[in-house]
Amino acid sequence: MAYKGHRINPKGFEKGQIKIYLMVIPMVLLCGLPIIFIFFHAFKPMEELFAFPPRFITVHPTLDNFAKLLKASRTGSIPLSKYFFNSILVTVAVVFGSLLFSTMAAYALSKIRFKGAKVMMQINQIALMFVSVAVMIPRYLIVNKLGMIDTYWAEILPLIALPVGLFLIKQFVDQVPDSLIEAAYMDGAREWQIYLKVILPLIKPAIATAAILVFQQVWNNLETSNYYINDDSIKALAFYMNTLTSTTTTNTVAGQGIAAAASLIMFLPNLILFCILQKNVMNTMAHSGIK
Amino acid sequence: MARSNVGKRSHNNKAGYAFVFPYAALFTIFILAPVVMAVILSFTNFNAIQFPRFVGLLNYINLITSDDVFMKYVLPNTVKYALIVGVGGYVLAFLLAFGLANLPKAPRTVFALILYSPSMTSGVAMSVLWKILFTGDQTGYLNSWLMDIGVINEPIIWLTNAQFLLPIVIIIGLWSSMGVGFLSILAGLLNVDESLYEAAAIDGVKNRFQEMIYVTIPSMKPQMLFAAVMQIVGAFQNGTIATMLAGNPTPGYAAQLIVNHIEDYGFIRYEMGYAACVSVILLLIVQIFSSVSTRLFGEKD
Repeated sequence: MAYKGHRINPKGFEKGQIKIYLMVIPMVLLCGLPIIFIFFHAFKPMEELFAFPPRFITVHPTLDNFAKLLKASRTGSIPLSKYFFNSILVTVAVVFGSLLFSTMAAYALSKIRFKGAKVMMQINQIALMFVSVAVMIPRYLIVNKLGMIDTYWAEILPLIALPVGLFLIKQFVDQVPDSLIEAAYMDGAREWQIYLKVILPLIKPAIATAAILVFQQVWNNLETSNYYINDDSIKALAFYMNTLTSTTTTNTVAGQGIAAAASLIMFLPNLILFCILQKNVMNTMAHSGIK
Repeated sequence: MARSNVGKRSHNNKAGYAFVFPYAALFTIFILAPVVMAVILSFTNFNAIQFPRFVGLLNYINLITSDDVFMKYVLPNTVKYALIVGVGGYVLAFLLAFGLANLPKAPRTVFALILYSPSMTSGVAMSVLWKILFTGDQTGYLNSWLMDIGVINEPIIWLTNAQFLLPIVIIIGLWSSMGVGFLSILAGLLNVDESLYEAAAIDGVKNRFQEMIYVTIPSMKPQMLFAAVMQIVGAFQNGTIATMLAGNPTPGYAAQLIVNHIEDYGFIRYEMGYAACVSVILLLIVQIFSSVSTRLFGEKD
């Protein structure tokens, strides 16, 4: 029989898929098991952390490690709640600022024709390739020069412009038909009204996707706390959790339990946000190509 | 279509600049300016205290002629890492996405979520996980399992053993490399026009492999290019994991990557000019990978 061409995105199970399952599942396990391991480890009681030979699965789950994490933070000068507060403040500010500025810029670059728009988009596209760790030092010098060291600004402002975010949103705004904007314009709408009432409601999937990416950038960020902030009381949660997972503490078995609990606390918000918004992601990624 | 009335609107420079300004300002200050400064600083001698002193190409000359660590360890490690995690990870991302696209929606969504989740951990946040798995005595998970099945007789001190450190860093890099690029490829695959496959079958395409080469990839080149850029940048970004596990410098420079070299000179020795020079090399390496990708997948018009 002649080859008919296969169908992508099949509706249900077919025999031919067994091969694919066999190919994909080992990788899925490889990716998933370490994460499941962190879950198990965070809930292990002392005797299971010490168990020899070590066991993957937790038999008697307990919250001991989380309690110890709380206690450990009490012996320090800064309570855990303060780090939480700092991280939430910084994360909310960055995500909100980034989404607002990126959507504004994306609207202008896509739908308003003005001198320099093309060049700006090209520069942003090249900036996708900038590895931020490569420019840590000049970035530090700039933050320092602007007098932002030891302020929340140093944790917020450097992270707001995210080239990938703007790129994905702009690609999505490109899909909005010009006729909609023209109609609104003829009805007397001003640019900012078009932006608020026509564009924003139509690009929600792209906004959700950018939100996930920005969130991951700031919530997990160590660089800002490490290099721009000396004052412990305004450092982020990621910084504190990282001190718990650093070599000195993980050398003890009890320390490992606490560190696993800390990693889990840092990881979960990412996972939850992604699960809530995942439908939008695929929708946005469909327009993600670089032409 | 005539853009009569709208023409006035679409050449509204003032509104355009107003909307772009906040993003453009922050972009210029925190992304563009640092890159420009890195290039300038790379021609100076700068210790972070005194004003930078212009030294011409001295940093570059030193890097090539007298930085043994860079030439002997950092560069080969980085190339190896970039090829396996960047290029290999990219091929892997494509194959996995290709597999997933051929599955029904429910398992596809679950699998994609699991494959993507390591990249949410930003590598560094999970360093404790690797420390526990790779603990150097018989209480370590990996050691214990390998001894159980009889592959090794004595525990291996994974994280200080020069022989294993780079492979470990590469595995971790691959583990967390199914990120945005992977999702982009998957979305691209799902949006390939199905009639193209039917047409290709009539034209004599005989199996899935041919289909992939002649139909799928050409019709999703933009996504392939975006994914390639994301993959290579992500690979370098995650390179810092080595020093989280084994300290900087890594034992015997076994897993020293170019990002660690920058950290070493910039934040440990405070030779900022030299560190900037290494940064420029890193940006160039990424640029090379990107232009190869553009050659492969860019649309020529």
